[in-house]
Amino acid sequence: MIIAVASGKGGTGKTTVTASLATVWDGPVLAVDLDVEEPNLHLFLQPTIEGSAPAQLTVPVVDEARCTYCGACADLCQFKAISVMGQLLLTFPEMCHGCGGCLAVCPEQAISPGQRELGEISWGKTGGGGFLSGRLRLGEAMSPPLMRQVKARLNQMLAAGGDAIIDAPPGVSCPAVNAVIDSDVILLVTEPTPFGFHDFRLAWEAFASLGKPMGTVVNRAGLGHEAIYRFCEEKGLPILAEIPYDRVIAEAYARGRIVAEVSAELQETFVSLLSQVRDLAEPGCPGQAAHA
Amino acid sequence: MHKIAITSEGPSLDDQLDPRFGRAAGFVVVDLETMATQYLDNGQSQVMAQGAGIQATELIARAGVSCLLTGFVGPKAFKALAAVGIKVGQNLEGLTVRQAVERFQAGQVEMAQAANREAGR
Ligand code: SF4
Ligand code: SF4
Repeated sequence: MIIAVASGKGGTGKTTVTASLATVWDGPVLAVDLDVEEPNLHLFLQPTIEGSAPAQLTVPVVDEARCTYCGACADLCQFKAISVMGQLLLTFPEMCHGCGGCLAVCPEQAISPGQRELGEISWGKTGGGGFLSGRLRLGEAMSPPLMRQVKARLNQMLAAGGDAIIDAPPGVSCPAVNAVIDSDVILLVTEPTPFGFHDFRLAWEAFASLGKPMGTVVNRAGLGHEAIYRFCEEKGLPILAEIPYDRVIAEAYARGRIVAEVSAELQETFVSLLSQVRDLAEPGCPGQAAHA
Repeated sequence: MHKIAITSEGPSLDDQLDPRFGRAAGFVVVDLETMATQYLDNGQSQVMAQGAGIQATELIARAGVSCLLTGFVGPKAFKALAAVGIKVGQNLEGLTVRQAVERFQAGQVEMAQAANREAGR
């Protein structure tokens, strides 16, 4: 089972929920940071890093001696990462998505694969399970290809069995959808404030069409804005856990501690969250993913 | 033959100069010898998720333009324009197309050495 922890905006406590769930998990679990623009799951889980590899993207390198400026590559590229104007060919590697289309279509074999570094993938172990994370190079904008490479490694690491919890990027943009698309269950973390509700609603709208079981975790519960509860009831979206608004928790969070470890009660909250997530993923037929 | 392109909100010399380059509504192309004008619609670039500036560069390069008058140009479009040898006069927002052309002919438009806008869409 893969569960994705997402939120409509940053700062809702998504990462601490991910870390807490990983900590109370009842079997082998891989904690995955797919928030590649700002990975911070490691700050909570403090993993021992065992290996890392650069994440690269294959971009076109053109041999102008062979190029006839026929324009086939430019016509094909939907990202305008390669452009032909008269007797001139330009490439824009920072806009290239690495699809390889231009390499395949060039009739003169004038294009060869080059490498551009997007960032780094690292992996290791935490107290109770595995850890995997991607980090985008500073100033780099091309997160989906890096996320794909993290997910490829995730699948490798899961091949031997076990579950994974993904810390997804905040928001509802392409990277956020990318992060949740292969999961069996989506957890939406939110807080009961007007802003929180606004972004939560956008996230629900973006993810509902994926047809996956979803549940809500309300962080800082008790802040007083009730709209989230009404909305969840209307949409049949179960509220799986509520983490109270509490100074002790806020301080623990600020120091990078895992919320589930703050008190026995909170630990209980996450153990119960885990069993509800399992129920959501496998309604009525244990051992078989409902949305496989 | 000396042609210049001006980003424009409409097809005529009296339309307002469009401050955007990649996502300009269109381009008025003026032949400075005959003062004949031609309009290039840029609607195709406006719907692109990325690369609008490059698409727009291709459009005006094919029209044989040697100079562009506009408001703002981003770094990727600037690279493309420089590569095809199109000079850029920027920061001309607020003028009509005709006023921009007159300023250019009076030698009052300095050619830019660098982009004047951050990368982005
Ligand atoms: S690899 Fe794909 S995205 Fe990159 S330049 Fe070639 S066609 Fe465009
Ligand atoms: S397809 Fe090949 S030959 Fe044609 S313009 Fe592109 S690189 Fe040159």
